[in-house]
Amino acid sequence: MSFVEYGDTIKDGDTAIVFLGHESMFPVKVQHGTVTQTKYGVIRHSTDLIGKKYGSKVTCSKGGWVFILHPTPELWTMNLPHRTQILYSTDISIITMMLELKPGSIVCESGTGSGSLSHALIRTVAPTGHLYTVEFHQQRAEKARQEFREHGVEHLVTVTNQDVCKNGFGVSNVADAVFLDIPSPWEAIGHAKSALKAEGGRICSFSPCIEQVQRTCLAMEEYGFTEINTLEILLRVYNVRTISLQIPDLGKAAEDNSSSGFDSSKPSHQGSPCANLQQGTVQFKSGVPLREVVGHTGYLTFATKS
Amino acid sequence: ECFKCYSLFCSFRKIIFEKQWFYLDNAIGHIYGTTFEVTSGGNLQPKQEVEEATTETKEAGTDNRNIVDDGKSQKLTHDDIKALKDKGIKGQEIVQQLIENSTTFRDKTEFAQDKYIKKKKKKYEAIITIVKPSTRILSTMYYAREPGKINHLRYDTLAQMLTLGNVHAGTKMIVMETCAGLVLGAVMERMGGYGSIIQLYPGGGPVRAATSCFGFPKAFFEHLHEFPLSKVQSLLCGAWSAEPEETPLLGEESNGLGEEKQQEAEEEAAAETAMESSPAEEPDTVEEVSEEVECKENKEKENKENVREKQMKQWERRKKLKEAAALLREKNADGLIVASKFHPTPLLLSLLEFVAPSRPFVVYCQYKEPLLDCYTRLRERGGVINLKLSESWLRNYQVLPDRSHPKLTMSGGGGYLLSGITVLLEQGRAEGSTPEAPKLEEPSSKRCKLEELP
Repeated sequence: MSFVEYGDTIKDGDTAIVFLGHESMFPVKVQHGTVTQTKYGVIRHSTDLIGKKYGSKVTCSKGGWVFILHPTPELWTMNLPHRTQILYSTDISIITMMLELKPGSIVCESGTGSGSLSHALIRTVAPTGHLYTVEFHQQRAEKARQEFREHGVEHLVTVTNQDVCKNGFGVSNVADAVFLDIPSPWEAIGHAKSALKAEGGRICSFSPCIEQVQRTCLAMEEYGFTEINTLEILLRVYNVRTISLQIPDLGKAAEDNSSSGFDSSKPSHQGSPCANLQQGTVQFKSGVPLREVVGHTGYLTFATKS
Repeated sequence: ECFKCYSLFCSFRKIIFEKQWFYLDNAIGHIYGTTFEVTSGGNLQPKQEVEEATTETKEAGTDNRNIVDDGKSQKLTHDDIKALKDKGIKGQEIVQQLIENSTTFRDKTEFAQDKYIKKKKKKYEAIITIVKPSTRILSTMYYAREPGKINHLRYDTLAQMLTLGNVHAGTKMIVMETCAGLVLGAVMERMGGYGSIIQLYPGGGPVRAATSCFGFPKAFFEHLHEFPLSKVQSLLCGAWSAEPEETPLLGEESNGLGEEKQQEAEEEAAAETAMESSPAEEPDTVEEVSEEVECKENKEKENKENVREKQMKQWERRKKLKEAAALLREKNADGLIVASKFHPTPLLLSLLEFVAPSRPFVVYCQYKEPLLDCYTRLRERGGVINLKLSESWLRNYQVLPDRSHPKLTMSGGGGYLLSGITVLLEQGRAEGSTPEAPKLEEPSSKRCKLEELP
């Protein structure tokens, strides 16, 4: 396996995702002789994982079972160890499209943070593109390098440990796209411009606060960027539920059993349309919004250098 | 932004766009992103960066308490303006004249003046920027201009699909779409010519009007396969073969194809007028069809060479069809993308059979209800986990000093997605390969329980 190439079977050294149930999963590094504890019991890597197909059901020691999944940037985003606040797949998807990324693209990113976006960028630009990512925090930079090695993508990425606002991306005139997720992006717009190819490219800046956006837009305009556009994207997830609503008793049912025909929920499925009336409920399927949802992640400002 | 235009290079052709007509000849040789002014005679002239005519001492009011709408603030009449236009005076100068002849302009606030100028510029300055096609450009354009052709798939929803589907170079993807080929094009862009795509199509052939707008190199089409949706069931139960049905199939096929090509041509023509862009290079198959039609007409004096050519092409087509069938039969695809006008449930229940375990799939539907049904049926079937029904919201912002706020209008809906990951089906289940039969065995109910418990 690698994060840019699917494999069929689980091998020693792979990073695999253990799926326990709805939204409950974690990554494991597969190693001969190692065991992993889950709430359903122990998984022995040598016998339970290595050589098995990805997508297999693995029975744990207590009789419970889990699924073992092939890693993807999206699964990694949901399971990675946080060293910083991270970008999630919803924002990542619009960033990828609006920056026009594809195989062969050269991208500059700062900061690397926990590498959530980095993995997605690398996946998209592989096998011929490259990611130059800049992280001013030394430990985080080192940790990111280590992860890229473990995930089999180190040849597609260069991690530089420096301050992007002072020293830029360490490359010039090579990038098709630049992404900024730093507290003061307006200080890096000049460096972004020189990192982009002479013939132009796209830029995106992610900021939680509108004041940051304002300063960034002014800087972009000052440096001659065009098509400046700010947007926000939010994901709404629905739970699928079967709902029953009780029919109120208006004192009618007894006398008027030719019925109002109101209960038409599933007349064709049930031979007797009265069945539901007798139970006094109507059933239907609904997509119910979660009780609490993400209301804001950040504003995304895009622009073009041409 | 409404001056965004996409067009393939094609000289000596008159283009009509946003009530403007012009020739593209002068654009050749300029880099993408160049902005042009339309001059008299429809010629394009690269726009020079002009110093904004800033009036030295900017006069502006503070509020509008004394501004009365009497309809007489503009001293120029309609006829005056028309006369200016007919004289071929530059848009910029017309705007300047409008400002000078507006009695209320100086009393407007600075922001209102800005807004006034912007509005007039948009109307009188004919400016066109030529940009390179990309999923970003084409999907925003289709959503704005032809949403009906792409089942109202908003561009951010398409972006989610590509990410949730983990579309990338080197994969083997199955795509079933009725979005004019836009989704196919988006997938092709992300795969960059590496890997393979099998497009399943309803009717006589795949519609790829939008795909051709991307201007992909020929090599991208070498590993693009297509297979008719109507043969999926026979392929699944092992009854499919390219040979036995040969004669009837071929007749039907060439007819179907002819029709389809016509439809495609229409589609393209419609897209052309809609987008007011020049058509893509005609796919070479169009030629092929016209030859075929001709061939039929001249049946009497059937010339041997034509027949041979026709046979060659049929043989070629059958070979491609067999290749696609073989790829599907391996049942090891790396993902499934569905975005069509059809009910998603039967598509998913059948097409998931072709996908390897531990791979993502995404279904788009303009409406939520069919996806509720699909969700339930997939749960019953088993072999899928992490099912998620979602919708994305997109909000655009105006960002200007002291005037930042969300844009006044936003899109009401961009459709819904159902996504998930395949897993190995239980032994015995996979054998039957009858996904229709409701499965109520112990493991599936157990799984439901497992997944529903938080």
